[in-house]
Amino acid sequence: MALLEAKGVKAYYYVRQGQVKAVDDLDLAIERGITLGLAGESGCGKSTLVNTLMMNVKPPLHLVEGTIVLDGKVISNMDRSTLQKNIWGVLVSLVPQSALNALMPTMNIEGFVKDVIRHHMSVPDSQIISMTKKRFEELNLPVEALSMYPHELSGGMKQRAVIAISTLLNPKLLIVDEPTSALDVCCQKQVLRMLIDLRKTGITQSIVFVTHDIAVLKQIADWITIMYAGKIVESAPTDDLLNDSKHPYTFSLINAVVTPEPEVRKRGLTSIPGEPPNLLDPPKGCRFHPRCPKVMDVCRSVEPTLVKIEGNRIVSCHLFPSES
Amino acid sequence: MLLEVKDLRKAFHVGLIRRKEIVAVDKVSFNVEPKKFISLVGESGSGKTTTAKMILRLVQPTSGSVMFEGKDVWRFKKINELRRYWREVHAIFQDPYASYNPLHKIDRILYQAFNLMEHSDTDRNKMVREALREVGLRPEDVLGKYPHELSGGQRQRIMMARCYMLRPKLIVADEPISMIDASTRAGVLKLFSKLREEHNTSVIFITHDLGLAYYVSDEILIMYKGSIVEKGPPDEMMNNPQDSYTKRLREDIPLLYGKWDGF
Repeated sequence: MALLEAKGVKAYYYVRQGQVKAVDDLDLAIERGITLGLAGESGCGKSTLVNTLMMNVKPPLHLVEGTIVLDGKVISNMDRSTLQKNIWGVLVSLVPQSALNALMPTMNIEGFVKDVIRHHMSVPDSQIISMTKKRFEELNLPVEALSMYPHELSGGMKQRAVIAISTLLNPKLLIVDEPTSALDVCCQKQVLRMLIDLRKTGITQSIVFVTHDIAVLKQIADWITIMYAGKIVESAPTDDLLNDSKHPYTFSLINAVVTPEPEVRKRGLTSIPGEPPNLLDPPKGCRFHPRCPKVMDVCRSVEPTLVKIEGNRIVSCHLFPSES
Repeated sequence: MLLEVKDLRKAFHVGLIRRKEIVAVDKVSFNVEPKKFISLVGESGSGKTTTAKMILRLVQPTSGSVMFEGKDVWRFKKINELRRYWREVHAIFQDPYASYNPLHKIDRILYQAFNLMEHSDTDRNKMVREALREVGLRPEDVLGKYPHELSGGQRQRIMMARCYMLRPKLIVADEPISMIDASTRAGVLKLFSKLREEHNTSVIFITHDLGLAYYVSDEILIMYKGSIVEKGPPDEMMNNPQDSYTKRLREDIPLLYGKWDGF
């Protein structure tokens, strides 16, 4: 059984102007032992989706419909205090965007760790510290960092410390939201290497990596899921998706990546025209049709469904009609 | 020669009792010719932004000089010389939101550009609309809106539209695309090339991403700990880097078709 299974999830923001359908009728399964890359432009609902997957929904965000099963437990009907006590940090951990700023400027890392762990279990401080030291060594992080204050650490070091602290209780699923977007290229590599170590050492079973940079996903993801306007448009193993994308949006997204490679130089610089739609009132039919280079008449009125093609890949586009 | 940077140095002094000197930029020299695209590449803290600020006259150098068309920009004698410099050297910063007053509508930042222009009798409305269309924005989508109502890519394009109106000779762009989505990055980069082709604009492009610099530059300067450690044409930097820091920077770029060692 998959580690996390979400079915028919609808997560809307209730605002004065109406409902922002940030995640709309979405199914997703995260298998055990994989790193799943979740990619898409800003505002496509990636961050909302990962927050919903761990039931971190606070008004104005509401889970309107759908069930979420994590490691055999239905978490979509749990209340916040149960989640805080038994699920978050223990079964699933989320490292949100710019989490490196979550560290208290007036507290050293050690103090921060104690503060976090005390919420989950009652153990003496000395034990928390020795546990953290061991974990830092395991992940090749300098133990001295524990006695330092955030301003003494580099951005990459802060990010790695935050990830190490969020996985102290060995959550089976780790969700990282844009962990490298604010970092230099050199620090980015260190953070990615640490994520690989986290899975190799068995600290976490699966990782969900949210980003808009597909070149980063090539390095660490086994599987990539592409989101557009609150929906999944395509999902496939990394190399299949990069070498043979099916959905026109995936194709444009890959073509917008700029890396110093002969293949990329040959095709030149391209960007996707237009802006992602306003989710208060998404376009009828296929949500990508106003920007799609291969738009057909049917796209403007009929919404495509996710269909299976070539093994386990799925795609939602009228170019790939379901067989029935 | 459009811009000549010579032996630029900036040292900051910190501490009240125990004074400490931090050298942010040291012995930086380079030239920018008309219609050239120069990239300044380095990690955070390497002094790229301080260099840019000294060129823009925002930070006074400790020693060294910045010459624009033969005149030292820190020794302008008349206000007109300074105004001309502001018109001909345009800055674009990393966070486009920070360049706007959140309480003013987008129109204002565009119309403000006319204050710097000599010919004020032109049809302003027409010029603004033309510039917006030029950068791929529909005037009716952005005019009359506040900065927070626009996306990061749109905000950065409005800065570019200002560039179109002013037609500067030099654009100093400090990480102009690191905060915008990968899907719109190529579009903004193309705008720089277009300006260069149509109006002979030179660009100093500051970035931490050697991969991006490779695409757009005529020359790449690698900065490390305040100094330039290597410079040359992009192909040479990518295929045959000499300095150990350049080599590391090159290896750290995530690739779309190749994998890193050990990943």
